[in-house]
Amino acid sequence: MIAAMVYALPFLWQGFVLTLAVSGLVVAGSLVIGLLLGTALAFGPRWLGLPIRVFADTARAIPLIVLIFTVYYGLPALGLSLSPFWAAVAALTLFKTGHVIEIVRGAIGSIHPGQMEAAKTIGLTFANRLRYVIFPQAVRRFLPPWINAVTDSVKGSALVSLVGVVDLMMAIQQVIGRTFEPMPLYILGAAIYIAVNATLSIASRRLEARFAATVAA
Amino acid sequence: MSPPVEAPPVLAIRGLVKRFGETTVLDGIDLDVARGEVLVVIGASGSGKTTLLRCVNALVPYETGSIVLDGTEVAYTAPNSGVRRSDHALSAIRADIGMVFQLFNLFPHLTARENVALGLRVTRGLGKQEARARAEHWLTRVGLADRMDHLPSQLSGGQQQRVGIARAVAMEPKLLLLDEITSALDPELVGEVLDVVRGLAREGMTMLMVTHEMSFARDAGHRVVFMDAGRIAESGNPREVLANPQSDRLRRFLRRIELRTE
Amino acid sequence: MDYHFNFTIVWRHAWRLWWGLGLSLQIALASLGIGMLIGVVLAVAYTDGRRITRMAIAGYVEFIRNTPLLLLVYLVFYGIPSVGGFAYDATTSFIGTLALYAGAQLVEVFRAGLDAVPPGVVDAGRAIGLTPMRNLIHVRLPTAFRVSLPALSNAYVSLFKDTALGSVIAVPELTHGAQWINFNTFRILEIYALLTPIYLVTGWIILAALRLVERRYAIVRPN
Repeated sequence: MIAAMVYALPFLWQGFVLTLAVSGLVVAGSLVIGLLLGTALAFGPRWLGLPIRVFADTARAIPLIVLIFTVYYGLPALGLSLSPFWAAVAALTLFKTGHVIEIVRGAIGSIHPGQMEAAKTIGLTFANRLRYVIFPQAVRRFLPPWINAVTDSVKGSALVSLVGVVDLMMAIQQVIGRTFEPMPLYILGAAIYIAVNATLSIASRRLEARFAATVAA
Repeated sequence: MSPPVEAPPVLAIRGLVKRFGETTVLDGIDLDVARGEVLVVIGASGSGKTTLLRCVNALVPYETGSIVLDGTEVAYTAPNSGVRRSDHALSAIRADIGMVFQLFNLFPHLTARENVALGLRVTRGLGKQEARARAEHWLTRVGLADRMDHLPSQLSGGQQQRVGIARAVAMEPKLLLLDEITSALDPELVGEVLDVVRGLAREGMTMLMVTHEMSFARDAGHRVVFMDAGRIAESGNPREVLANPQSDRLRRFLRRIELRTE
Repeated sequence: MDYHFNFTIVWRHAWRLWWGLGLSLQIALASLGIGMLIGVVLAVAYTDGRRITRMAIAGYVEFIRNTPLLLLVYLVFYGIPSVGGFAYDATTSFIGTLALYAGAQLVEVFRAGLDAVPPGVVDAGRAIGLTPMRNLIHVRLPTAFRVSLPALSNAYVSLFKDTALGSVIAVPELTHGAQWINFNTFRILEIYALLTPIYLVTGWIILAALRLVERRYAIVRPN
């Protein structure tokens, strides 16, 4: 059993790196797009908000695995070919962006409208109202659910194995295919995912504490 | 109003001491409540009134002393003292003591009728029909015949508190504890609740009542007890005690209360 | 774009989708039921239990919460029988996985629900002579349950979505049905053009229906 794990380690390491790469790309991509669209949803005109709303609700309501298959199998049929890696990253990013939009909307919505009015009365431009008044307050509401979304992305990244990307999950499956000892490998795999997520949680708690401190000060 | 005839007390408290950590909240209380008596407890906040009621109903354990209800020791003493009753025995004792709370504490998921019927069904073991009939009887008595199917959230504060009273008296307790039952109510709702209590007093319900309603204490109470720093500082006929306070403490307390109510 | 939509061939196999949808809804319901049982028991054990109990429950919750569901699906289906010396069919195994998964979330939900019961209401239960067990059954749990209803509705919808993962171990649920049609007809776009709205619309309908149920049991009702 120990031998199986030792044999597996270099193999798992490569998969692990890929899992981190997928997660990192998805987290970064969904954060940027989600922030833009979420802000547009909160302050933009109705004709802009409605499609964003529909996109966010749809992306969150479809099973991730269906989304991945749709992008992976569907796009080539439309004549657009993506490698499995990028197809999976694109699908995961779509999915996560839906969540980030919702989190941004919630965080901005939690700020009293009086704040915006007060910022207007001192003559701040829209961009500056966001930058100096709205975002600094919203970030505290944004962080906790967003951190959840990040650990969710790491877990969700395991689905890329279904389209043949050799991430940590796929590496585990491949090792099991050779050693025929599923249980130790699954436990080891779970431990790695838990370690990554625990690290993220601890780091995020530090981050939250720092933001709470700056706002209080 | 004359005190009721001499008989063994319903409630006998001797040397009751209760501490929360380092603070002594009750510092040797001796108190009897006779059958049919309305005993009013007054005192500033923090003087131990509410804790006294909670000890009597065995909601909190106490350090030393005894509380005897109709011949049975309540005995919910601190864990290490060796005199601790089983949950079952405690529940049986509590069933014989009704309690009405300052914040009503109605069961939020049950209608008015179900709030009253729950104890009858589960603790008293009555059948569904009988529990329901009794609950309806008592809700009618407190003037809520048309509110039986309402949830607590659909009732005004005064109505909620009247459900609270019905829930307590429907169990036909030997003693009714009332803990500042009008303090959380808007002034215009206080009257309807106190009227119900007056009616119960006339029918001979034994009551131990903590209140800030001095006029109620004066004309509905048989005896008043002034608590200060965990002790009974003064007691006697409400008219006399409230008209001629002996201690500075009580004088000051009464002045504050009057200023507040005016 | 030179793809020509052809739904007729897909319609011939569409029964697999409806059948799979039915199975997905049932799997979600079964795992929610078992998960609720796990959640209630562990939430009470956590709230009223000792330190060691609490640590064990926290361990279970953290394990499930930080592990990919896909890995749990594999672990229960391939892993456990390999060391347990027994086997179960894919659907049973998958329901078990989702139940364990839902249980870990519902512990938190019911724990918050139990914490939300005002202490005064618990006192009121004691004051009418309810034993701790009866107080739990008649007062604390019903109150906690009603507070938790919206979270339970969300859990059901999210479990319904999660049933799609059953396809990886060939549970014949909705997504598996779609994949079967895909591999046998190669009408990829038609399949996914059908599958996506089925998940969307079903999710909306369930949620709307459950919101009605929630209102029926709400503690705060409009006058």
